[in-house]
Amino acid sequence: MTKEPIKAKELSADKRISGFDEVVLGYSEKEALAESLRCLQCKNPTCISGCPVNINIKEFIFQVAKKDYAGAYFTIRKTNNFPSICGRVCPAEYQCRKACVLNKSKLAYCSSEAINIHFLERFVGDYGMRNNLQAPVEKDAQSSEAKVAVVGSGPAGLCCAGELARKGAAVVVFEGLQSCGGVLRYGIPNFRLPREILDYEINYLAKLGVEFKTNVLVGKTVSLDELFQQGFSRIFLGLGAGVPLFLGIKGENLCNVYSANEFLTRINLMSAYKFPEYHTPVNIGRHALVVGGGNTAMDAARCALRLQKINGIKPDVKIIYRRTVTEMPARRLEIKHAEEEGIKFKFLVQPKEFQADDKGFVRQLNCLNCELKEADASGRRKPVALEGSDFSIPCDLTIIAIGLEANQVLTSATPELKTDKYKDIVINPATMETSIKHVFAGGDIVGGEGTVIEAMGMAKKAAISILQNS
Amino acid sequence: MSDLSKAGKIIAKELIVDHAGVRVVKLTISAPEISRKAGAGQFVVVMPSEKGERIPLTIVKADSFAQTIILIFQEVGLTTKTLGALNAGDTLYALVGPLGHATKIKNYGKVILVGGGVGIAEIYPVATSLKQAGNNITAVIGAKTKELLILEKELRDTADKIYLMTDDGSLGQKGFTTDVLEDLLKKDKYDLVYAVGPIPMMKKVSQISQSFNIKTIVSLNALMVDATGMCGCCRVTVAGKVKFSCVDGPEFEAGQVDWEELEKRNSIYLEKEKHICKLKF
Repeated sequence: MTKEPIKAKELSADKRISGFDEVVLGYSEKEALAESLRCLQCKNPTCISGCPVNINIKEFIFQVAKKDYAGAYFTIRKTNNFPSICGRVCPAEYQCRKACVLNKSKLAYCSSEAINIHFLERFVGDYGMRNNLQAPVEKDAQSSEAKVAVVGSGPAGLCCAGELARKGAAVVVFEGLQSCGGVLRYGIPNFRLPREILDYEINYLAKLGVEFKTNVLVGKTVSLDELFQQGFSRIFLGLGAGVPLFLGIKGENLCNVYSANEFLTRINLMSAYKFPEYHTPVNIGRHALVVGGGNTAMDAARCALRLQKINGIKPDVKIIYRRTVTEMPARRLEIKHAEEEGIKFKFLVQPKEFQADDKGFVRQLNCLNCELKEADASGRRKPVALEGSDFSIPCDLTIIAIGLEANQVLTSATPELKTDKYKDIVINPATMETSIKHVFAGGDIVGGEGTVIEAMGMAKKAAISILQNS
Repeated sequence: MSDLSKAGKIIAKELIVDHAGVRVVKLTISAPEISRKAGAGQFVVVMPSEKGERIPLTIVKADSFAQTIILIFQEVGLTTKTLGALNAGDTLYALVGPLGHATKIKNYGKVILVGGGVGIAEIYPVATSLKQAGNNITAVIGAKTKELLILEKELRDTADKIYLMTDDGSLGQKGFTTDVLEDLLKKDKYDLVYAVGPIPMMKKVSQISQSFNIKTIVSLNALMVDATGMCGCCRVTVAGKVKFSCVDGPEFEAGQVDWEELEKRNSIYLEKEKHICKLKF
């Protein structure tokens, strides 16, 4: 038995940046077995409580070690409908892996000694996918009566739909865009989550009986009242936090200053990287600058770099962040990948003002240096700009990736739906029910920006209460 | 929601302008849900094909009885050309709406509606609704030349007064819609100006009506992607604040719009468009 963590194979950096192919290649059977044998099978497995949907991690890893991959698959599926997605995008180092007893660091994220739970989950999920394993529907009389409308097909909506369908409820998912997946499709690039994986997991739900209706913007095309009139007995709102935040500094609306959402939507949803075969354009730039420190910032920067490379431009992408690498909320793996691919990081930098050429295109960002003071409400050390430390960074493309807030299309069309000061939907935390009877909510529209798995945790809770309540 | 399966089918197609390389197409599209909901001033997002862009188009007419909507657009880029190449019986790849806020319809009194080019199609539903609300309607419509002037008959039937303008004088008066607007505002008192057309036209309308201190609404044609408030592509500065024209608009008070910024932002993809238009369609 080896004590060394098993690394997952990856595409080499120079190969990756020439396209949008998946970067992490995942475990072979042999590697998965070796990693599973590192698991101590703790009597009190802390990892499980580190998972927002409480996957029985100990059990599934034990099954992997016994080569019972199908068993492992069904163990995960009991609490998580999307192992192949979560195994790829979960920030495991802040969740299950951080709770692993092998974890040695006192950092905000786990050390490399922790079991690579996410890679094992991915291996198991992909095994199930390759072998077309299908978890049985556990129908009961009560749940089969329920007819539920799920609004939004992002992580929360898909998870809620899956939980309900597995119990035999009739579920229709409504999505405003032309294809399902929400942020998993428009936000996360192919090189982190291949479209085929997402499509498979959505099809899996369709096989469970979930119906998908795209191009329906609930709140505009149809109201919540009308959904009830059409015979839905319960509604789940998984609207996400889709509205990009901006810095609020001068020059932010200059040409080629993008929100990360716009930049990534053009590329991921509309396939702008295949322009002109696909008609949606995106500008590329010779000197791209990304503002932010989360996964979205990493995704945007890595997309920008790939676009430059594909278009024969010498890659030049910088990420600027107000704090340091330690405080960056992005997955450690994505930060590492971004560095390997040639993205430069500038820390302790606060944007001050964009400047343009005479045609209105961005040409440089004036900035200030920061220093970190004591911790703020987020628990991270607060950056404070240093007066007089002005400097500028030349750029002809800028992507703002500093966060998102609630989309109000549905809430403003539904005044009875109570929201808080952040415009998030207020729920009863015990049931996830909103201020409207029989309307439930979960995911980022409830908690503000969170992770995929956190959204799923809330959606599951809502699904349980929808079923009990039906 | 069974109706949704019918959405997006093209019921009828008419080429309403085909002159000197300019093609303006009118499509009647099956859209049960949208036709019931659409108010004047709202728009839909259309994808003609899987590879096409998501493009916003104003709903020119919604017929809840026939369960159809009418869209009118000029073929300018590859996506509008793809859309224009579709025929009755074809189905759009995607159609979503109605989007944006509807025009606030009430009895303002005397209203001037100014439409330029395909913008004429966008003032038509507003003119109809305002007329029904008891307003006295003056329509001022203009185009480069007489063949490009659309919906003349429809607006003539709706408006109390109509002024036709062509740049070359081939129909109506020679000159711009803004010339008439200025004359009208000098001679008489009006309660509202509503304008849709090319940005330079709307900007000029804004300047003129501000000098007469008259409330003026414009419907902006900012670039959009999702058009549901998610991407921020369509952001425009209004009264010093950043607004998303898809969900906060598309209508704004003309005098509050940062026109220079809008004009520049709408030119972001000129280079790419030149490139794509060279491709064989």
